[in-house]
Amino acid sequence: MDVFLQQLVDGLMWGALYGAFALSIVLVYRASGIVNFAQGEMAMFSAFFAWQFHAWGVPLYLAVLGAMAVAFVGGAATERVLIRPLASSPNHMPLVIITLGLMLVLNSAAGWIWGVQSKEFPAIVSGPVLTLGPVAVSQQSLVIVAAVVVVAALLFVLFQRTKVGLAMRAAADNPDSAQLIGVPVGRMLMIGWGLAATIGALAASLAAPQLFLQPNMLVASLIYAFAAAVLGGLDSPVGALVGGLCVGVAENLAGTYISWIGHDFKQAVALALILGVLLLKPEGLFGARKVARV
Amino acid sequence: MNLLTVENLHARYGRAEVLHGIDFQVPAGEVTVVLGANGAGKTTILRSICQMVRTSGCIRLDGRDITGMRTDRIARLGVAHVPQGRGTFGTLTVEENLRVGGFTTSAAITDRAVEHWYDFFPRLRERRNQQAGGLSGGEQQMLAIARALVAGPRLLLLDEPSLGLAPRITQEVFRALGRISQETETTILVVEQNAHLALEIGTSAVLVDAGRVVAQRPAAGLAHDESVRRAYLGY
Repeated sequence: MDVFLQQLVDGLMWGALYGAFALSIVLVYRASGIVNFAQGEMAMFSAFFAWQFHAWGVPLYLAVLGAMAVAFVGGAATERVLIRPLASSPNHMPLVIITLGLMLVLNSAAGWIWGVQSKEFPAIVSGPVLTLGPVAVSQQSLVIVAAVVVVAALLFVLFQRTKVGLAMRAAADNPDSAQLIGVPVGRMLMIGWGLAATIGALAASLAAPQLFLQPNMLVASLIYAFAAAVLGGLDSPVGALVGGLCVGVAENLAGTYISWIGHDFKQAVALALILGVLLLKPEGLFGARKVARV
Repeated sequence: MNLLTVENLHARYGRAEVLHGIDFQVPAGEVTVVLGANGAGKTTILRSICQMVRTSGCIRLDGRDITGMRTDRIARLGVAHVPQGRGTFGTLTVEENLRVGGFTTSAAITDRAVEHWYDFFPRLRERRNQQAGGLSGGEQQMLAIARALVAGPRLLLLDEPSLGLAPRITQEVFRALGRISQETETTILVVEQNAHLALEIGTSAVLVDAGRVVAQRPAAGLAHDESVRRAYLGY
């Protein structure tokens, strides 16, 4: 029972991170209708920025905020420079190939600039592990969960309560109609990509102390994030978070209790989940099953 | 006074030219109807005004050349366009559709306008919290029209508002358009297959054939002109 509770709590912590990465995947999907395979590498690259700022003497939390700002600009620029020129074509394959290319470029560039050796990345909060009965939780885990909750709340306010957020949803729903009522759709897409990258930068900077900072840091996490996004529904931010928690818990429990899965085979659980959801419920748990009358 | 003047307008999709140098005017405060057979280029005329197709020539809104301007900037200048198929945001609620219609204006004006159009189309108020995608065709058309009017446009472009609607609903929509034309200062340019209904609210008609404007005439009497009827109205 104690092991179970511990795995559950660890699973929720990782799940919050997967949920954050899944959120960035969902934001880009809603904006541009594609899955950005470079999302994880963009986040990793941003975490290197945070590390670099900190190495230059900037306090850690400011370094992370700085990296988030860089990520916003980088995400928005990616949309404008790499995605927009090909976005009007109804065939999305070239865009997907571009994101795959960007993934490889960022991965190599990080290795070229900062080296492939793992770097230690300090935790935002360090302090003794907290124990709640049989369960041990690091303070960093609590920060991660709190940060993801705050991000989710801010996004909710943005999309439900602000004019820009409403315009972003309209642009995602029907770009042509959005233009016709005066929404600068291009700018909305850049904001979407920027926010996605910002969230990724935060999540990567929070995960880096555990994962150790190196170019392949997020390769494994990203497949869990994809599984979370698909499970929740690729167009649903709420779904991304719920999906993240489900995947985090499932991955930890499966790794612990199903002996032939163990630690090495856990990623196959994510793959199986992606396949299963796409076969049985392609719109995911919270995705819009489009209601439309013709 | 003309609100919109179109001179020597060409439009093309890829390499295919669809409009071959057309001229027409839209008088301010009136309803102008575009008539023509299927494929004559009527929809392209509306899309050209909003620069959603590649065009050359000159389109002036209140004397200002808007050719080559970005679509959302043209909307900001007071041109609202209800596209064919209505273009409502299916995943947004009715209320959100209306509110986003006020994107180019202030929150206070939007609030007032949304209430006004709820009074005008009471059915929309009843459905304010429903997803727009679930509305009936007629309700969607009313929503699309109301959304276009929230920002208080000077020029309202309507593309086949009757498309896919039952005759009774079509009449309701046109009655509403007639009222809108009378109660507001909005100038209306409407493309419509159902010429009879459109000419009832229209003051002049632009006759289009194969990408060219054949004539622009007063609407009165046009519906009874035998030759026009056969050539352009298709009945």
